Amino acid sequence: MKIIKKAQSGSFESSDIIVLIEPVAKDKGRHIEIDSTVMLEYGESIEKLILQKLDDYDISDIHLIVKDKGALEPTINARLETAIIRASNLQKGTL
Amino acid sequence: MKKKRRTMLYIPGNNPAMLQQGGVYGADSILLDLEDAVALNQKDAARILVRNILQSTNFYDSEVCVRVNHLDTPFGLEDLNEIVPLQPDAIRFPKTETVEELAKLIKIIEAIEDKHNLPHDKMTIHAMIETALGVQNVFEIAKFSKRVDAITIGGQDLTADMNIISTKDGSGIDLARKMIIMAAKANKIDAIDTVFVDVNDEEGLRKETEYGKQIGFTGKAVINPRQIDIIHDVYMPTEEEIRKAYRIMKEFKKNKKAGIGVFAIDGKMVDAPVMTRAAHVLELANIDFDSI
Repeated sequence: MKIIKKAQSGSFESSDIIVLIEPVAKDKGRHIEIDSTVMLEYGESIEKLILQKLDDYDISDIHLIVKDKGALEPTINARLETAIIRASNLQKGTL
Repeated sequence: MKKKRRTMLYIPGNNPAMLQQGGVYGADSILLDLEDAVALNQKDAARILVRNILQSTNFYDSEVCVRVNHLDTPFGLEDLNEIVPLQPDAIRFPKTETVEELAKLIKIIEAIEDKHNLPHDKMTIHAMIETALGVQNVFEIAKFSKRVDAITIGGQDLTADMNIISTKDGSGIDLARKMIIMAAKANKIDAIDTVFVDVNDEEGLRKETEYGKQIGFTGKAVINPRQIDIIHDVYMPTEEEIRKAYRIMKEFKKNKKAGIGVFAIDGKMVDAPVMTRAAHVLELANIDFDSI
């Protein structure tokens, strides 16, 4: 899947996570920045979820920033998916 | 024992904190809302979030319903495509006005179920009546399909559609409430009352719930977990009612064995309608009739 525009999902509310995505030039790789209120305990698992999601969508070039406020796995997955779909201009059934 | 629907707690579909805690509040049903509680530019985010939450969250004993957007909006079909494969207990369809749109909804749901090799008889439909036209057609809507197992009234939208002012005594929608109850009862399905919007007015909530119970509502929609206990309390029979119902059902069982249909307790005749009411009291008190 190709990232073609900037996109965002999620919120700064507790138990949520903000995901910001922007395209990068081909072969620039994955640039991931993680900031979390539970970085020490869960930073690694958040990164693992991000990498898994990027693999699922076959995305190798991306700039992705997350700011986490204690989101659980289903929320992280949902916000990543929403941001990726929006950044690829493939979102359906929304305004 | 039939599952109770005394309370149906609305949870905004784009709020992870509330969604993941949905099952801990003790509501009989929770309603994950993709419709009015979600901003128009967040419909995709809410749909994806609710799908992920449904796949991984334990809602304990609560019945799980998802309120989708109407099929006349750009969001309704996509909601169904995402949610139906997960088979929540029920889909709540807003602003139901005619059997034709209900037929369209069921056709789409069943096509999605066929695509995923899912049965047509597991997930039910709650038809929400929120317009004057819906109220006029409610009996036909209630009897249209076995999948429709509850009719709910949306008081806020209904008052707007009727162009009347929403008042605490609910006088403007009283006829609609009663028509909806009668349609539901005639078809042996549940009737769920609208929300009480002033979360700080606990006495007002109690009063409205008591009225709803008196005229026949099975339960009430809830917008704040604080409202749950009050509603459950109203629907809980008194100790005296439970003792009386218990005696009636015990005598009924004894007399049934002896081939006696009508009998008396404390000099009062007990027949089929009295037993039906007694069974309902025990059901509300969580007492299994078969265990008596």
